[in-house]
Parts: sequence; structure tokens; C-alpha cells
Amino acid sequence: MTSSRSNTLFLWPTDRLLLWLLRGLAAIAGLIVVLIVAFLIVEALPALHHVGVLRFFTDPSWHPAEGFYNLTPMLWGTLFAMAGSVLIATPLGILSAVFCRYYAPLPLARPYRRLIELLAGIPSVVYGFWGLVVLVPLIGELHPPGPSLLAGILILTIMILPTIALMADASLANVPQQYIRGAAALGLPRWATIRGVVLPAAKSGLFTGVILETGRAIGETMAILMVCGNVVQTPSGIFDPIRTLTANIALEMAYALGDHRAALFVSGLVLMAMIVTLVVSAEWISRGRIYG
Amino acid sequence: MNHPTCLRYVHVQMSACIVFSRQNILGLLVAWATLLFLGTPNLATAQTNRDQLSGKLVITGASTLAPLISEIGKRFERLQANVRVDVQTGGSSRGVADVRQGLADIGMVSRAMKDDEKDLPAFPVARDGVGIILHKENPVQALSDEQVIAIYTGKTTNWKVVGGKDATITVVNKAEGRSTLEVFLHYFKLMSMDVKAQVVIGDNEQGVKTVAGNRNAIGYVSIGTAEYDESQGVPIRLLPTGGVAASTETVRNGTFPISRPLHLITRTPPVGLTKAFIDYAQSKAVHDIITQQYFVPLAD
Amino acid sequence: MAESMKKRLNMCEGLAFVLVWGTAALVTATFCWLLGDLVWHGLSHVSWTFLTAPPENAGRRGGIGPILVSTALILGVCLAVALPIGIGTAVLLAEFTSDHSLFGRVTRRSLDVLAGVPSIVFGLFGNAFFCKTLGLGFSILSGGLTLACMVLPILIRSTEEGFRAVPTSYRLSAAALGLSRTTTLIHLVLPAAVPGLLVGLVLGVGRAIAETAALIFTSGYVDRMPESLLDSGRALSIHIFDLSMNVSGGDANAYASALVLVVLLLVINSTVSRLTAYGLQRKIMTV
Repeated sequence: MTSSRSNTLFLWPTDRLLLWLLRGLAAIAGLIVVLIVAFLIVEALPALHHVGVLRFFTDPSWHPAEGFYNLTPMLWGTLFAMAGSVLIATPLGILSAVFCRYYAPLPLARPYRRLIELLAGIPSVVYGFWGLVVLVPLIGELHPPGPSLLAGILILTIMILPTIALMADASLANVPQQYIRGAAALGLPRWATIRGVVLPAAKSGLFTGVILETGRAIGETMAILMVCGNVVQTPSGIFDPIRTLTANIALEMAYALGDHRAALFVSGLVLMAMIVTLVVSAEWISRGRIYG
Repeated sequence: MNHPTCLRYVHVQMSACIVFSRQNILGLLVAWATLLFLGTPNLATAQTNRDQLSGKLVITGASTLAPLISEIGKRFERLQANVRVDVQTGGSSRGVADVRQGLADIGMVSRAMKDDEKDLPAFPVARDGVGIILHKENPVQALSDEQVIAIYTGKTTNWKVVGGKDATITVVNKAEGRSTLEVFLHYFKLMSMDVKAQVVIGDNEQGVKTVAGNRNAIGYVSIGTAEYDESQGVPIRLLPTGGVAASTETVRNGTFPISRPLHLITRTPPVGLTKAFIDYAQSKAVHDIITQQYFVPLAD
Repeated sequence: MAESMKKRLNMCEGLAFVLVWGTAALVTATFCWLLGDLVWHGLSHVSWTFLTAPPENAGRRGGIGPILVSTALILGVCLAVALPIGIGTAVLLAEFTSDHSLFGRVTRRSLDVLAGVPSIVFGLFGNAFFCKTLGLGFSILSGGLTLACMVLPILIRSTEEGFRAVPTSYRLSAAALGLSRTTTLIHLVLPAAVPGLLVGLVLGVGRAIAETAALIFTSGYVDRMPESLLDSGRALSIHIFDLSMNVSGGDANAYASALVLVVLLLVINSTVSRLTAYGLQRKIMTV
């Protein structure tokens, strides 16, 4: 949308007013980000000071009561759970948006979309509860103990699917009709049109959807805490229990004191660092190709 | 809530309703809230007694205690119409921290007081036993302390060894810092580093549901919770510990070896409203609530 | 040659058809399973009394009246704060900022980071900032504001996508007619960007209404009928969490509350899209 910047050289007084208003609103949004990061750092500082950054990655284990603070297994846990769920949810979400827009008959498309909207609003505790009483015993029959990386990935997939599906749906809706008509005029069949015309035209929205779902997958707490088993270990298979950084915070914050508490905030910082890394690399990979 | 406030509230809601109704969904929400409010029976039957206490008590701390203290608070509010008792959760350590910083009048702590907390006046209100649970279909009827230690340290990994079926044991442990973990480890003289668990959980109910969903699991939870769930047909079974059957009864008469006290704490010796509430929470008048919430009243 | 390509193309089409319908079926099945579970366990406990009565015996008996009111108020505060900030920022990002400018990139990326902050961190932040620093205490206001911080990234990013999708030709034609950009924005671009905004709103409301961890530390646990926005009030999701995880024997009412929450969400979502569709129609007719 670079052209929107140059489409009028002249700004009306109302435009200036609006611009300042918008800047003010954006400043508030920016301020929130800064405040939260600052808050995390301030709370984490005692642990960083007493324990040192390195020990969070080199200690033999995570036993804060005995003074060991290794976060790496949980970092892996978070990464695996996130990667697994994003890899499954993204194609499912995009395909289900495609279904909604181009395959489903109209009377089916609307309730289907409503269904997905609903799923976006079910509390994570309900997903977690369902995972705990339905999914985990099922996996347990397959390969004990049950609470595992796999359970986490499946629950996360269900939870983030609405985000990507709805974002994809909205961006598909925004693809100009001319493109599709043009493709139809060329005699392209449905899937070829979607693959060759629609999806490339919608990539900016799809990309944002993926980023948002990834964020949700990383940040999810309650459901993952109930189904993942929460054992601090680097998983060697999908049936191994894992603990994510978020679950670590939620599990132990209630009783944590002093350095232990601060160490949990370090988990939060590590999580943030991870997201920054992801976002920056996504930006780098996609540079110039997403917002064309 | 007494009547005038209630009416004023409705009035405000009504006018808000008129303002918003043409604009957006907010109006709908407010109107709906108003409807609900009108449909709600009056909460407190206030007795107008002149020498009553008034004010607001903020109580924060252990989530285990929160439902109990919340219910006690409601009954206290009914006795003292001008008192509001706000109960918040967030964990035992939050209770201690908030009381120290003066953010809360009373803290709830679901464990024994630590050495550096001895300066805070603590008032036990109830007890809670910690019992070992298995899946109902597990044929093992009892485990000696040594067997439990062997299982939790990973030396015994198959139920066959302790007289059960040939199946791998799923050890369910509590998260670091939880008071049930602390009393459990203390009784069995274990270090949390020695425990080799397959599942780590937070709340009691999560423990019950995990064991109920896994035939080969062993876990430990609050006895009150387990007893209730067992009676409701949840497929779990409480095991005796040290030869004593695990039940609220044995916790009550002091024969059951693993239990934890549930405390209310204050920063300074309590006076006024705070004292009145703590006295009330420790009195016999709330024993029925304590039993109702599946905790064990203190023997007198 | 052409024949074999056509065949391959047809196969591709067939495969895609199966895949797309398969996905839809899978998604629907999973969700029907989940929702069915809720309805199955919860429906028998939902009644008018359940919706209006206050909870008793820690929520095992009684209803969820005050909790519904608190939830509505928290959501109201959240949206009242998040919508203006969210839409404003989105407009600034999409309409007044070049995609490659440092400001745009940094803002966008920091919002993406914010989207991944775990909700419990939001809760602790809200507790430290709104409850303590700003002195709002455990209150509906603190809870709503914390939620607003939380839904902002979702709201901004999806609204921005909505604006981004409006064809540039709209803006160019308006500029050629000498319309100010404010006018263009309000009368042309905004209505066209509604689908994106709607998704943001639906996702945001969904996230807000489903939130547990962030609210435990901010709006609190008190299940009394709130008398003002400065009172503590328990949200529905916290009630569900407490009943299912902390209160033994609360499962039945937890299911019922979850069912109510889902129905509530359905009502909100369809009202929002109805109203928007209606407003949009009128807008296009009058302008």
C-alpha cells in the first residue's frame, strides 16, 4: 500500500488531526509492549543477578528449591509443541478457509464459519479439561503414560486452528473478484485457481495468521499444563511428557518465593526472546515477499 | 447488597440501557445484565443491629483454601451486613507477600509456616490430609513406605514387583513448591531431585483425573478431594499409609501421618474486623462449611 | 501430451477436492465431539435459575448470575478500551505508514511479540501495574484493562489486514475527487475493511472471554454481584477453571458454565456480524 502514502500530496487539516490522534493511540499500544517487557525484566532481575544468565542454560537440572535453574529442556518442550501444532494447524486452517470460501455450498459455509468462531472463544481450561479426560487416556492406551508431547501438540492444534482459519478466511474474502473471474475466463479449474491465483494474492493475510497462531501456540498455558505431563526433560519422542515454559510459570508461580519466583520471570523473558527470534527470522525470510 | 443500593444500581443500569440501546451491542449487554440483576434474589438478609462491624476485608493466597474461606466469608457477611469479604487466589506465597506488603488484610497459606515467616501471626483453621491414590482396577491393596519410596525414586518401575499386574508404573508427582509435595517428601524423607516422575501436576483435581484416566498410575492428592471423588464413582482408590487407612476421619483424630495445616495469617496481631473474622473462621460455627468443602476441622 | 496434462490436472483437482472436504469434515468432527461433550454433560444443569442465582457451596450448587454480570462488565471495559486503540493503530499502520518504514516494521513486530506473551504474564503484569501502581485494586476495571492489553495485538493485526485488503484504487479515486483522507477513510476504506475488523473482533472477544490466567490476578475471585467497576468480580472462565480444577464435585456445574459461555459467545458473534452487516448496508446506501 505504498501508493496510499503518495496518493495525495496535500493533507487536509482534519487529516493532520486524525494523524495525531492515530499516533496517540498507537503510542498507547506501543507503550503497553514496553511496559510489559520492562515489567518482566524488573521482576527477573534478582535471579539474573544472583544466578547469572549462563546458569539458566548450563545447570544440571531444574530444581529451584535446590538451586538448579536449567531452562533448556523447557525451551525445547515449547519449541517442539509449537512447531508440531503450527505445522498441523496451518494447512488444516487454510484448507478449511478454502472450503468455506470456494467449496462449501452456501448453507453449509455460514454455519461452518460460525463453528470456527465459537472454537476461538472456548476457554483453554475447557480444551485442557477435554484433553485430560478424553485425549490423554486415549493416548495412554496407545502408549503409556498418556500425558505427552503428542497430547500437547494435538490440543494446541485444535486451539490455534480457529486463529489461522479465520485469518485465512478473511484474507481469502479480500482477494479481488476480478482475479477469480479472470482465472475462470482462462478456463482454470477450481483448485488450480486457488493455488495459482487466490493463495498468492492472500499471502499477506495468511502470513499474519501464521504469526498470530504461532504466538498463541507459544503463549498457551492452561490447556498445555493439563495434558503435557509437565516433566522437565528434553523429549526423545512424541510420547514423552514435556514441560513448556508457560506451564512452568503457571505451575510454580503460586508457591514460588525469592529467586525461584524471579527465575520464573526469567522463563517469561526466555519465552519473549524466543518469540522475538521467531518474528525476526520470519521477517527476514519473508522480506519483500509478503507485503508486495 | 441492601435495597437502596440495589435500586440505585438498577436505575443506573436502566438509564445506561436507554443511552446505549440504539448504538451498539454494549447496550444489549447492559440490558441483559440488568435483566439478570432483576431476576436475582437479594443476597443478604440484613439484620439491622447497631453495634455491627463494617468495612472490607481483603484476603488473598492459596487457591486450595479460597473456596473454603469464600464460603466462610459469605456466612460472615450475612451476620455482619456492612462487611464485605473479598477473597482472591494466587497461591500461598502470594498470600504471604500480600500480607507483608499490606495489600491484603489476611493471607491464606496451605502449608506449615516457613522459618522466615515465623514473625507473621498464623491461625490454623483446618487440616488437609495427603493420601496416595491408585486407579480402581489396580489390584494392589497396600504399599509399604519402602515400596512407595522405591516407586517414587524410580527403583521400582513395574507393578509386578509390588504384587500387581505386569505393567509399567506411571508416577504422578506434584510441581515444585506445592505444599502437598513438601509434606509428601517430608514424610517419606525424599529430596525433590530424587523423584523420578512421568507426570507432574498442579491441582488436586488434575491429579485425580490423571490417575482416573490411567490404570497404572500412582499419585497423591488431598484426602478430602479423593474421598469425595471416590464416593462419586470416579475410578480411584485411596491407599492406607503406614498401616492407617486414609480418610478424613483418621486425619481428624490425628492418626493419619501425612497432613498439612491450612492457615490464615496477618502482618500484625489482628484487631477489630480482622480479628472478628479470624475468630469466626476458627470457631465451631463454620465446622459444617469446612466439612462441606472436604477439609478436616481442627480437633478441639 | 495435452491429454496427460489434463488427466494430471483432473487428478489434482480431485485430490484437492477430497483434501478440502476431508479437512472440513475432520475439523467439524473434532469440534462436534468437543461441543457435544459439553452439551451432553452440561445441558441438564442449565436452567433459568442457574443463569440468575448466585453460586452456593463454592459453585457446586446454585447458579452463575453474578458471574455473568461480571463477565459482561469485564468484556465491556476490555472492548471499550481495546477497540479505539486497536482500530486507530491499525489505521495508522495500514494507511499512514509505509510498509518498509522502520516505525511500521518495529510496531508490527512488537505487536507480534506481544501476541505470544503467555496470559499468566499478562496477569502478573496487570496485577503489578493496574492493581498496584494505578491503585485500582482487584477490580473489574483492572481485569478489563489487562484483557485489553492482551487482545490488542490480535485486534490490530487482523484489522490492519482488513485495511490492507482494500484496493488502492478506492483511495486514488477518492483523492482524485479531492476528498480528504479522513473522509476517504471513514466513508470508503473503513466499510470495505469491515471483514478484517470483524475477524479481529471475533478473535479478540473469543480470547477475552476465554481468558483465565490473566484474570485470576486482576479481576479476582469474588463471586458476589458487582456493585461498581471497582469491585472484584469473577469471570465465567475463572469459575469454570475453579470448578473443574480446584473444587471437587464441581464438574457438572463446570460443564454447564462452559456451555453457557459457548452460547453467550455464539450470541455475541452473531449479533456483531448482524449489526455490522446492517450498518454496512445503510452506509453504502446513504453515501
